[in-house]
Amino acid sequence: MNPTRLLYRGSEWNFDLIRRLHDAIEEVALDELGLDVYHNQMEVITSEQMLDAYAAIGMPLMYRHWSFGKKFAREELLYRKGAQSLAYELVINSDPCVSYIMEENTATMQALVIAHAAFGHNHFFKNNQLFRQWTRADRVLDELTYAKNYLAECEQRYGIEAVESLLDSAHALMSQGVDRYAPRRQSLAAQEQKAKARRDHFEANYNDLWRTVPSARNASDSESVRESNQKTQIERAALDLPRENLLGFLAQHALKLKDWQREVLEIVRRLAQYFYPQRQTKLMNEGCATFTHYEIMNRMYDRGQIDEGAMLEFLHMHSAVVTQPPFDSQAYSGINPYALGFAMMRDIQRICDAPDDEDHQWFPEFAGNGDAMTTLRNAWAEFRDESFVLQFLSPRLIREMRLFLVGNRAESRFVTVDAIHDDSGYRDIRRQLASQYDLSNQEPDIEVTDCDLKGSRRLVLTHRVRNGKLLNKEECNRTLRHVANLWGYRVKMLETDVDTGITLDEFDAVPMP
Amino acid sequence: MHVIDRRRNPKSKSLGNRQRFLRRMKSHIREAVNQSLRSRKIADLEGSQEVSIRSKDLREPSFHHDAGAGHRDYVLPGNQEYQQGDRIAKPDTSGGRGSKGSPDGDGEDHFSFVLTRDEFLNLFFEDLELPNLAKKKLKSMTSPARVRAGYSKEGAPQRMNLRQTMRRSLSRRIALGRPSKSEMAELEALLHKAELEADDAEVKRITSLLHSKRIRLQRVPYLDTVDLRYRQFESVPRPTTQAVMFCLMDTSASMTEELKDLAKRFYMLLHLFLNRHYGAVELVFIRHTYTASEVDEDTFFHGRETGGTIVSSAFEEMLKVIRDRYPVEDWNIYAAQVSDGHNFDYDMPHTLELLEQHVLPLCQYYAYIEVGDEIFPGSSILWEGYTPLTERHKNFARAEVIEASEIFPVFHDLFGHATLRG
Repeated sequence: MNPTRLLYRGSEWNFDLIRRLHDAIEEVALDELGLDVYHNQMEVITSEQMLDAYAAIGMPLMYRHWSFGKKFAREELLYRKGAQSLAYELVINSDPCVSYIMEENTATMQALVIAHAAFGHNHFFKNNQLFRQWTRADRVLDELTYAKNYLAECEQRYGIEAVESLLDSAHALMSQGVDRYAPRRQSLAAQEQKAKARRDHFEANYNDLWRTVPSARNASDSESVRESNQKTQIERAALDLPRENLLGFLAQHALKLKDWQREVLEIVRRLAQYFYPQRQTKLMNEGCATFTHYEIMNRMYDRGQIDEGAMLEFLHMHSAVVTQPPFDSQAYSGINPYALGFAMMRDIQRICDAPDDEDHQWFPEFAGNGDAMTTLRNAWAEFRDESFVLQFLSPRLIREMRLFLVGNRAESRFVTVDAIHDDSGYRDIRRQLASQYDLSNQEPDIEVTDCDLKGSRRLVLTHRVRNGKLLNKEECNRTLRHVANLWGYRVKMLETDVDTGITLDEFDAVPMP
Repeated sequence: MHVIDRRRNPKSKSLGNRQRFLRRMKSHIREAVNQSLRSRKIADLEGSQEVSIRSKDLREPSFHHDAGAGHRDYVLPGNQEYQQGDRIAKPDTSGGRGSKGSPDGDGEDHFSFVLTRDEFLNLFFEDLELPNLAKKKLKSMTSPARVRAGYSKEGAPQRMNLRQTMRRSLSRRIALGRPSKSEMAELEALLHKAELEADDAEVKRITSLLHSKRIRLQRVPYLDTVDLRYRQFESVPRPTTQAVMFCLMDTSASMTEELKDLAKRFYMLLHLFLNRHYGAVELVFIRHTYTASEVDEDTFFHGRETGGTIVSSAFEEMLKVIRDRYPVEDWNIYAAQVSDGHNFDYDMPHTLELLEQHVLPLCQYYAYIEVGDEIFPGSSILWEGYTPLTERHKNFARAEVIEASEIFPVFHDLFGHATLRG
């Protein structure tokens, strides 16, 4: 090892070292790994500021709401008690990509963070198609500044309480505030245009003379009934039912909302939409970042840029991050996305470089292609967690992690082991694990299905029940009340089984006076 | 790449959120604070407090699946022994892990967090108010305080401000062209060089230059009296907020340790309370049996004497202390008497006269706490004797306390708004 190439010794860091680390890491990341990143911005913060950032769902700028205060109070207590350590880093999907690093970190931790966040996550944000399609990295910070100022202004103008209760309602519907399939904006504009065209047509064909023609009373009645029916139909068509984006629907169509309230709902909806790709790619994103920092640190060690002490410190931290406790351990809290993500990336690398027969059989497209980085970069760009697992989880990894599939029926006194890591089980385990990452499977499928525009103006929501997974009743009633408050009239929720079409349960809520 | 140091950014960005959180949870937190008082020693009130609130309002609802319903499959890691087709009995049927669906990973009704000392005490003392505070403030609550008032040209040597003085010295030296040490040294070096080179003209020139510079050096002193600057202080009137709290207690044998403990808790609460309203609160402990004496805190609570009970002796002692040390114009006087209610019959007229004629007019507020008589609450000789006072004097209040848990409510009653109005 050539000591003159060493970037640092010991644990002290300074701003100059951060710059040198960044440049050295950049060289490896761009030239050797072929990553493609937004411009980087590193911000040094204290642990207290990290707690602040946590509490504001990881965003550097956030409007005020009591729930963030609650989160802060909770995080702070856990942190003080030592029950929870702080993450070493926090990274924001923005352009330039902002990474927070803590002043308490050692030099090695800073190197790890830069490799992990400023290159791993950064590359993922910039290249993954979900982020490309749904988020505008260059606008995020502006949007957040706008939201923060707008809400502060609303608080001044309409009172903290009014804004708070509106945000409460909007937050309750955040997971029903995303468009899952296609960007809705264009289609909304198209909708409006259509509605306008229809209106124009009516206006053009309206002949006032007809009004003066005497006719039988009955006839005129049925005429006006038909006319109003037609009107209702047009209005209904403009609602574009069924709609799955409940929050968006309310922002556009709730009759009693003031303009500022609509804008607040829109702000929350955009926030929900901004986070939606992150929720769908947690496994891949962390896997990508963890793999990246692992590769970079190892390559820097090979180049003689970091010494053995630093490498040991790094490996210690790295293995803590990628630990997967077994299901029957006290420490088990679900499948660790860092562990599984990292293992899958390494596995893909292995399959590309040194496949065995099983790999050739399972992954004929890329086994032994000898170009792991290209394969990985393609995977990072094109997949989301669900499809990634479905495509890339190998039998070997299933064996290594000793994954098994358990079935649980509410009415049974037993859970059953439906598949284990053997030939007959691989595909079932893979399919099920993939569906666990499919948010549309994990979250209730709720749609706005009907809306009585003529009479009571009651709104009807439908929960499409799969596998008998009903809503939590108490939470449903409470959430439905929020919907009613926003809608302004009575709201009904039907729980309908997808397969049989039978309505299993029904909820009803009226707005608070 | 940019590296930005954000450490100096304003801290506690979450403060606004935290305030909103506390405001929203106020009623729950207040209850938790009261609850924690019952189980804790009042001495623990210092420092921050962890409180736990039980509240459904805290949960933010959302639509999510019921963790117990329907058919669900899941993949788990770390299988050691299971084979396909194994059946595993579910742990107890009562719902299992009910917290699963909760959005903040907090399915339980308890939510714990830490209140800072100020937040805690603010809630603790909310609605409490010191009676007659305003009146006294308007009277004369000022005393002079010394504050800095710039610099003066005269003053005592120990108040000289070196920085200001040297600054003036330097500007004077520059203005008057006093040559500096290095300047002189340079000239002398040049002279030396010229001498070596035997350049007579140059030697002459430099010698005369040196001569004039030396004269200037002598004429312009390094430090002149006009440079001197002294720190200046001024007296400004400052409102004082000082109070003295008299703790009066019967320490005869009938006051058991338990009763004294109750008294102690009450006094501590009162002290903490006064502390928040005044900069300084002094404590005077007066214990009495048949005679009264001023004692220190330790003796007050732990000493034990026997003998009859003469309450008037305590008032006499208190009046003496006030005369000696606490002029009424300067001090807000509070007194709290804790007793089990005994007094000799023959002493009652004197006791009541002293209290009504002399003590009450001096006090901002006088509280009588009767402790311990569970058999005939409120029927002791002191209690009955004090009854007429409650109507005639707004600054007199009384209550009985039997258990420690009652102290706070009683305190609240005595010092709450209600007492003022009623």
